[in-house]
Amino acid sequence: MYFVVAGAGEVGFHLSQALLEAGHEVTIIEADRRRANFVQDKLGSIVMNAAADEGRAQMEAGCSRADALIAVTGDDAKNLVICQLAKLNCHTPRVIARVNNPKNEIVFKTLGIDETISSTRVLMNVIEQELPSGGFMPIMPLAGTDIEMIEADVAPGTPPAGKTIGSLRLPSGALVAGVFRKGKLLHADEDTKLEIGDRVIVFAATASESEVRKALVG
Amino acid sequence: MNVVIVGCGRVGGFLAGLLDAEGHRVSVVDIASESPARAERAWFPHLPHSFKGETIHGDGTDLDILRQAGVERADAVLALTEGDNRNLMAAQIAQKIFGVKRVIAKVNDPVRAQTYRKMGIDTFSRTTILGTLLHAMLQDDREVGEVLIRKSLAHEEDLAHEPVKAR
Repeated sequence: MYFVVAGAGEVGFHLSQALLEAGHEVTIIEADRRRANFVQDKLGSIVMNAAADEGRAQMEAGCSRADALIAVTGDDAKNLVICQLAKLNCHTPRVIARVNNPKNEIVFKTLGIDETISSTRVLMNVIEQELPSGGFMPIMPLAGTDIEMIEADVAPGTPPAGKTIGSLRLPSGALVAGVFRKGKLLHADEDTKLEIGDRVIVFAATASESEVRKALVG
Repeated sequence: MNVVIVGCGRVGGFLAGLLDAEGHRVSVVDIASESPARAERAWFPHLPHSFKGETIHGDGTDLDILRQAGVERADAVLALTEGDNRNLMAAQIAQKIFGVKRVIAKVNDPVRAQTYRKMGIDTFSRTTILGTLLHAMLQDDREVGEVLIRKSLAHEEDLAHEPVKAR
């Protein structure tokens, strides 16, 4: 596949390197001449020294034939505009934006950027998995959807303890995909009765996370 | 009219002063360029002393800062920072998330200005507006700039006579 990567900071550099190693074609757009030269020395002549938020640079980088553009500069406003311009002017089929301020994930979605990556969010998810969190852990969003995967522990006194999956007050669209019990993954259906110590795996709309939390941990 | 101005440089400060003097409710948002220890007003050196509106110190592309500036009841939002992308982001948030009717963004890159105008964001480019005016002045073409120059000279007169507050 052909990728255009906007921004050759640490993220852009390592991402491009990984894409190249996976056998993809990559063009990097970097505004800073010294950084562009540095990356060119490491990765070969796939770097364009230009401003990625200029329509002309995107055209020259071949955004109109690219399978995806990934904007990974450290500036959220710039990443937004880079993605919007690529969609509007070059009709790039897939645009992915890095968001630095996690509040901007919802902003970017509303403004037509379907896929966002927030390093803050990723780190928070990792930390939350390590910390006691009342037994409720959003694990990760599924790429290209508004669905996320959630883990919840069935503890004494929580709503699911001793109940069947069918009787949980989950929001519509939420799906219990499986139950971990004593180290084994069990198939889950309406009649599966949940026991204390179980861990439930749920898929649900990110927007309904608080309702899912209520149904599983109270 | 309730107006939120994001970016209080020379243009933002000037416009905020004009609207405030006309009796509109104006709030201005700007990030700190000075140390936070300085008085709030010192962050807004381009506002006239007579300004009676709100000054909010923060990032004008942040939802909470915009709320604090009163974007939810704003009739108009103007994005006038030095960054085209920041202006476009603030303007789109105001229009698409908060439903503000009148939104104008300063976008100095003419290509970006045109692209987003087609998307429904009112943009103006200092590059083309000022360039066109200067071109007309050089050619002694008075028609292009007459009203604009007459009005701006009058505003300059007002600014020059603004009372100075001594420390």
